[in-house]
Amino acid sequence: MKLIILDDYEQVSEWTAKYIRNRIKKFNPGPDRFFTLGLPTGSTPLGCYKKLIEYHKKGEISFQYVKTFNMDEYVGLPRDHPESYHSFMWNNFFKHIDIRAENAHILDGNASSLEKECQDFEAKIKAAGGIELFVGGIGPDGHIAFNEPGSSLVSRTRVKTLAMDTILANARFFDGDLSKVPTMALTVGVGTVMDAREVMILITGSHKAFALYKALEEGVNHMWTVSAFQQHPQAVFVCDEDATQELRVKTVKYFKGIMDVHNKMVLD
Amino acid sequence: MSVFKCRGGISGEMPSNKSVSDAPITQFVSCRILKDHRLQWEDLWVREGKILNPEKLFFDEEGFADHKVDCGNKIIAPGFIDVQINGGYGIDFSQASGDIRRGVAQVAKKILEHGVTSFCPTLVTSPPDIYHKVIPELRVQDGGPEGAGILGIHLEGPFISEQKRGAHPPKFLRTFKAGGVADLMETYGHLDNVALVTLAPELANSAAAIRELSGRGIVVSLGHSMADLSQAEEAVQNGAIFITHLFNAMLPFHHRDPGIVGLLTSDRIPPGRMVYYGMIADGIHTHPAALRIAHRAHPAGLVLVTDAVTAMGLPPGQHSLGQQQIDIQGLHAYVAGTTTLSGSIATMDMCVRHFREVSGCTVEAALEAASLHPAQLLGVSNRKGTLEFGTDADFIVLDDTLTVRETYIAGQQVWRK
Repeated sequence: MKLIILDDYEQVSEWTAKYIRNRIKKFNPGPDRFFTLGLPTGSTPLGCYKKLIEYHKKGEISFQYVKTFNMDEYVGLPRDHPESYHSFMWNNFFKHIDIRAENAHILDGNASSLEKECQDFEAKIKAAGGIELFVGGIGPDGHIAFNEPGSSLVSRTRVKTLAMDTILANARFFDGDLSKVPTMALTVGVGTVMDAREVMILITGSHKAFALYKALEEGVNHMWTVSAFQQHPQAVFVCDEDATQELRVKTVKYFKGIMDVHNKMVLD
Repeated sequence: MSVFKCRGGISGEMPSNKSVSDAPITQFVSCRILKDHRLQWEDLWVREGKILNPEKLFFDEEGFADHKVDCGNKIIAPGFIDVQINGGYGIDFSQASGDIRRGVAQVAKKILEHGVTSFCPTLVTSPPDIYHKVIPELRVQDGGPEGAGILGIHLEGPFISEQKRGAHPPKFLRTFKAGGVADLMETYGHLDNVALVTLAPELANSAAAIRELSGRGIVVSLGHSMADLSQAEEAVQNGAIFITHLFNAMLPFHHRDPGIVGLLTSDRIPPGRMVYYGMIADGIHTHPAALRIAHRAHPAGLVLVTDAVTAMGLPPGQHSLGQQQIDIQGLHAYVAGTTTLSGSIATMDMCVRHFREVSGCTVEAALEAASLHPAQLLGVSNRKGTLEFGTDADFIVLDDTLTVRETYIAGQQVWRK
């Protein structure tokens, strides 16, 4: 795995956005060859989305031949609710770029059969040729998407009941009222993300530091589902200084020492 | 970036699944739109004459824009609505001479230049035969390239106070015999297409008339009146919700009897109701300090009106209008040879700019006083006066000096500078 350690949130956002931009350009997508991108929601990737929009507006990148697959969506929340992940993606990304709706896939938390919806999503990923690059975040409890502690490390897209940690973390988006926070979500599985040809995880802030430590320096464990990516051939973890606080000094020094090599991947 | 098409033309790609409609979609970009009482950097989407919800379009229909229009970072606001305008460009709505509809249409076309997309042609106190002749000619109608839309007629008089008649002809003033439908019908003939009636509530039997008119969905406005505050409050209890050109043609505010002006802070307004008030913000009819007092006392109720007369829009100098000689100097229209004002000739966009300047209010508040508030007054804010999804796409493009640069009705450009 590559651990990219940057000074702060802004640098993480910029580095990640440039990485994605360069990967898409290198892939050189076209009408018969779409670049498939897995996407997260939440406060961590917001800065990255802003940067991608900026590069798009400058003409550095087009999303015309990019297919996106979001990681998750709440169950039972109306699609146009301001906190739904559909709203998040529309307001923070889709409405600012040139992506076509038919290429933007988000799980439907109001589908009549949630199970079928999950199976169809897996089928769509397969039909698109698998995911080139899956971008994700990490929860304070070490989860990837809504794969809460205890989720199978070979799980597929399915319905999950949210852990209390997650509900508490989300309450701030629902006026701090716990009763308003959805309790179930549709989520890609750990196995689904592991199938991607490359995985990029963003971790910023000291409240994520312990989860990062558990994910990188301890063993692969279904209680910290992000740890599964220790077994992925192409994993990139991008974090800020604050998130490294629980790591060993040795680990941090090693990866900081090879930043020159890593920075070659984000040249303009 | 100029207008460019961004639909189709991509090899092998199927056309978008526009499951709701095939009509072309226009996306206005690089603009700040007035939404939720704030100017926001958002695109404005229009289809089939209405403001379109782009998120629904994206997720429900997998649709996208056919045309993009670059607005050069300008402001997009809902079109202005003038609920009190007596004429302009030499046309007097209260004259029944010639082709009435053509005269109104001429003014309707010209006011597009001021950013007005809807208006209420106003008739001053007239004899019954004028009302019987003119009212049926002025129908509620949609605007378009031919001119601003008509939301209804404003009947200012004849049931007004003699002492506060202003420039209204005294011999055509009337009182209520019984106040009911009979009086109204005898005078006006028809009440279809009437949106507002200004009357003086202190006239005997006015209560029945007020209730009758409000019951028909017609806005009852208090004006040209000697009413004290309790008479005004009683009128509001009976259904009145507007004050015609606050301060003008009414008793001045007095600290022991605030008169009609006191409605702005009255505690006897029925719950859930609001009293709106018209203000002529031309810098002449109302002192800026008075405008500020009213605005600060009750900002949500302020409705900018022009109360423009025949001379509005005419170039400076002398003009012959009906029986009068008018002398136009700047924003003043005098009876020729005197210093007597002959009505207001400011345009709506001038009023918006002046209001903003002297009140120090936000750009949003100034724009809403000429769009959202009149729409709320008339009960049409579900389709006019806002840029909410699903409402009529009547809007204007302005620069930062609040000068109108383009006017759109039903999503179609009907005027540009």
